[in-house]
Amino acid sequence: MGEIRMPSLGADMESGRLAEWLVAPGDRIARGDVIAVVETQKGAIEIEAFEGGTVGRLEVAEGQTVPVGAPILSLEEPAAAAAAAAPPPSGAPAPTPEPAPAPAPERVSQPTAAPPAPEGVPQPAVPSPAPAAVEAAPPSRAAERVRASPAARRLAQRFGMDLAALTGSGPEDAVVSADVRRAREAERQAPTPERRAPEAGRARGLDLAEMRKAIAAAMARSKREIPHFYVATQVDLKAAADWLAETNAARPPDERMLMGALFLKATAKALLEHSVFNGTFEDGSARPGDGVHIGTAVAIRGGGLIAPAIHDCDRLSLDALMARMRDLVARVRGGGLRSSELTDPTVTVSSLGDRGVETLFGIIYPPQVALIGFGRVTETVLAVEGAPVVRPAVSISLAADHRVADGHRGGLFLRTLASLLQEPQSL
Amino acid sequence: MSLSEEQIRSVLVEELGRIAPEVELDTIDPDGDLRDEMDIDSMDHLNLMIALHQRLGIAIPEIDYPKLLTLNDAIRYLVARS
Repeated sequence: MGEIRMPSLGADMESGRLAEWLVAPGDRIARGDVIAVVETQKGAIEIEAFEGGTVGRLEVAEGQTVPVGAPILSLEEPAAAAAAAAPPPSGAPAPTPEPAPAPAPERVSQPTAAPPAPEGVPQPAVPSPAPAAVEAAPPSRAAERVRASPAARRLAQRFGMDLAALTGSGPEDAVVSADVRRAREAERQAPTPERRAPEAGRARGLDLAEMRKAIAAAMARSKREIPHFYVATQVDLKAAADWLAETNAARPPDERMLMGALFLKATAKALLEHSVFNGTFEDGSARPGDGVHIGTAVAIRGGGLIAPAIHDCDRLSLDALMARMRDLVARVRGGGLRSSELTDPTVTVSSLGDRGVETLFGIIYPPQVALIGFGRVTETVLAVEGAPVVRPAVSISLAADHRVADGHRGGLFLRTLASLLQEPQSL
Repeated sequence: MSLSEEQIRSVLVEELGRIAPEVELDTIDPDGDLRDEMDIDSMDHLNLMIALHQRLGIAIPEIDYPKLLTLNDAIRYLVARS
């Protein structure tokens, strides 16, 4: 029997609150269908099924918070196998926990989940104190082992600490990274640290303070783990700006394009040529992206930032890309982001648009290996054919992971990107 | 179609409120740059142009964008075009 787990929607996510089920036992679902809405630090996210089948049982009640990796839904066998397997009727009482073949939380249903938990983390046979028996919630199969977030497991291994000895302060008493850090502090100093109040009843919707924490966690990890290098170049945008003005002049407002669409498309095409910057780096090795899925940084009023993927940017026309950007910005600000958009960007583009400053120095979003930053388009004095002229120009920067490439390669990438922007009609 | 300044002002204020719900419109400087007063980015601005086109029937060409930088300028421009 298959199951769907609470996905990791980014390197920084430890748990999610199941806000709403969109399927019921007996429903047929296909891979990619939206099955539930989960509230995270990034707001309410629509979770997509990672595999198809018939919904057997909902393992988590609406309103319940579970750690990343916990089973949230079980699938019944496909019809053929079902005859032999005799699946339990939906709504049947939860099975007694199996002798834990340890369905590890890190084996989550999304490809870019947090890295697998290190081997050698103690897996005690005795149940950890207090998990599972939470209110009316059906027990999950993870109950037999220590509940802990992947980040906490990683940290505990690094510090050589026993997860089973820690008191969890996360959802359902799961051990979260803060617990590990706190215990670590306690080991070093005599006084015992104060317990953090369990974060119950977090307000529905976007919590900017929580989002700030998530951004901080991801960026701290990035700066800790990724050896960044930076290169930048100034690009003449006269051709692009002229082409855009001419194109938009003949169009009603709802069909107009923004310079940002040209930036995304040119970046996607340049990444096809320099694919080393499109992908991830995990567990000591680089993995190329399975397409050019550009995480597009969108600012949230009040101070948040999120970079969901626009999938296959290289294959979209400029108009299609513009439509996707508008849709994405509307959903970031109004709700309705999908889990796959948060889990599988292969690179990030951050663009300051027509305001702000000239240059942006990005921090790579792990486990990606590159971030391309576009500054504000400004009127700039450029040397053209031996004479100074004033033209619209933009500073484009690349922050990249030195484990996969070097500055020379980064420079070539930016040159390609710059030259693509000189022929906007071919984008 | 001819619209009164009052009608135009109310549509404009309503659409700006949709983009920046947290901004109290009576506290902004009507002669200040709207993008700075309300923290509007290029996507917000485009959405505003789309909304004004749909609700007032006025398709503002890009070349005229600089004539709508402030609240007062925008109302003046829209009144003249309605």
